[in-house]
Amino acid sequence: MTETVRPLETADHPQGLRRVVIDPVSRVEGHGKVTLLLDDDNRIQQVRLHIVEFRGFEQFIVGRPYWEVPVMVQRLCGICPVSHHLAATKALDRVVGGWPVPEAADKIRRLMHYGQIVQSHALHFFHLSSPDLLFGFDAAVAQRNIVGVAMAHPEAARQGVMLRKFGQEVIRITSGKRVHGTGSVPGGMNRAVDAAERDVLRAQLPEVLAWAEAAVDLAQRLHTGLPAHLVGFAETPAAMMSLVGPGGAMEFYDGTLRVREADGRVAVDGFEDQRYRELIGEGVKPWTYMKFPYRLTLGPDAGWYRVGPLARVQNCDFIPTPRAEARRQAFVAAHGGRPVHAVLATHWARMIELLHGVEVVAQLLDDPAILCGPLMATGERQRGGVGIIEAPRGTLIHEYEVGDDDLVTSCNLIVSTTHNNQSMNEAVRSVALQYLDGQTITEPLLNHIEVAIRAYDPCLSCATHALGQMPLAVTLRNARGEVLDHVHRSSSGDTVRGTRPHSAEAAQ
Amino acid sequence: MTAKVAPLLVFGWGNPGRGDDALGPLLVEQLAGLVQKSSDRLECLTDFQLQVEHALDLVGRERVLFVDAAIGLQTPFEVRSVVPAPVASFTTHALAPEALLQVYRDLERAEPPPCTLLAIRAQHFELGEAPGEQALADLALALAWATEWAQLPEEILI
Repeated sequence: MTETVRPLETADHPQGLRRVVIDPVSRVEGHGKVTLLLDDDNRIQQVRLHIVEFRGFEQFIVGRPYWEVPVMVQRLCGICPVSHHLAATKALDRVVGGWPVPEAADKIRRLMHYGQIVQSHALHFFHLSSPDLLFGFDAAVAQRNIVGVAMAHPEAARQGVMLRKFGQEVIRITSGKRVHGTGSVPGGMNRAVDAAERDVLRAQLPEVLAWAEAAVDLAQRLHTGLPAHLVGFAETPAAMMSLVGPGGAMEFYDGTLRVREADGRVAVDGFEDQRYRELIGEGVKPWTYMKFPYRLTLGPDAGWYRVGPLARVQNCDFIPTPRAEARRQAFVAAHGGRPVHAVLATHWARMIELLHGVEVVAQLLDDPAILCGPLMATGERQRGGVGIIEAPRGTLIHEYEVGDDDLVTSCNLIVSTTHNNQSMNEAVRSVALQYLDGQTITEPLLNHIEVAIRAYDPCLSCATHALGQMPLAVTLRNARGEVLDHVHRSSSGDTVRGTRPHSAEAAQ
Repeated sequence: MTAKVAPLLVFGWGNPGRGDDALGPLLVEQLAGLVQKSSDRLECLTDFQLQVEHALDLVGRERVLFVDAAIGLQTPFEVRSVVPAPVASFTTHALAPEALLQVYRDLERAEPPPCTLLAIRAQHFELGEAPGEQALADLALALAWATEWAQLPEEILI
């Protein structure tokens, strides 16, 4: 494959430049960092976002019995295990000849999935992103966190926690366990919803719906109140890809693929999920292990795209629940009907999706089909299958082939962060050029880069998180590779300077 | 959600599929096997990561034991009290125990129950690997300590 080089991706003479390494992703998420190469005048010459993703996990799956896979893949991510659980079972439904699954199983899985959307989106907004928006990019580190949110806006913080808790409870009553449920199996579900547990959640819905509406209000207010110089923050026009349902409806669990160009025109529509390899390829670059998906018709250089809330809210023609649809229309109107590519708008879109998730959960909790009925389907065995769902951060693809001995012979995963690889790199370069070029690197300036990354909330190679690992490190090297300065932010929030680099930093 | 909760909570977190990161959940599982069958005073919970909603798991407890793997320890395990603190964090995916207690304080408008952190020495976090021999040896020592903690008379608090 021909390597493609984009502006600021590779410096002309990197050996003569200083290196700044930002390791903004913490202990749980594995390894991720940003490298900046600057010349003697502090002009940005190269910017790269490095992320370690799941290649090892695919090999880990090969050779395992297929029925173990839906449970095993939950270990990919502690934040959205349900997404992997369901994508894997959807793919393996095809293998066991169990697709489509019975109505009851379909609805229980949807309930589980939308519970996942609610809990993950609530966590993201209230825990990760709202501190930046509430306190500003330049706020003290000690304030830019959920504790800061709780202290300054206690009711919003409480509602964020309760929304997440509600989503977790939806997952529990559908999957059977609070962590690593086993409810979804190839061909259907192994349990229905207990009526008493359903009723407990149903009683909470009026309050939960009000919290979700308030969350959209807050996100909208924060976005429309952004200072003028941040309105176009990290704006990176990109095509948008997601699943859509019948009529172009927003759809998270099952649908066909749609791609919309950056200017808003629909480029691909109704593309069957099982044929995804005819739509997208996976490019490689020599400086990172993470792949770069692209549309085959356009090639690696021009074919990159964005997935996730900002793409989904604009890719669909409508949201099939009334409250969220009204909010989508307000989002579109606020931007004059033009496509939106400023990454901070992602947070507003994410809260619209959260509201939609709560509405769908409400509909499904009212549906008697989730309580009983046939749960398993069987049919003619197939060699392989593809499962695509919209995970909280974007499109998630699982593909498996299974041998006659029931062991997995091949596995391919494309997670949302991989789809967004180029898009995130472009966003980071945009920020580096706009805010860091020619400037002395300071902590608030570095936070601008983190803000752009946080909008995507990259899901890295989860999930080690031992106490004592370093949440942030920045290393500055001279042209000879000598460490000139090193700053790390300890787990207690203290910033410590020294000349010993972070162990995760490696020359790339 | 309104059911009476057990007065003692042991909460361990970590990824069971990542080498020594499994130490927290492993200890909790082993402790549950040793103690919980004969006691309704103890609840054992595990998760991948400590998260904001876990503050709600602390409500109504007399005391709480957190268990996690820890790098950089010179001894098999360390024990310390945890108090609320506005600890800085900037990722979705984890929360420090001190920050969790601060969330509890802010959500409940009350002080959290006495909480202790049991940190077990860890070194390796490879995908698909089991905990190492040293980690398992350290785990056994930590488990003995946790068992005593769980069986302390009611009037004794750490």
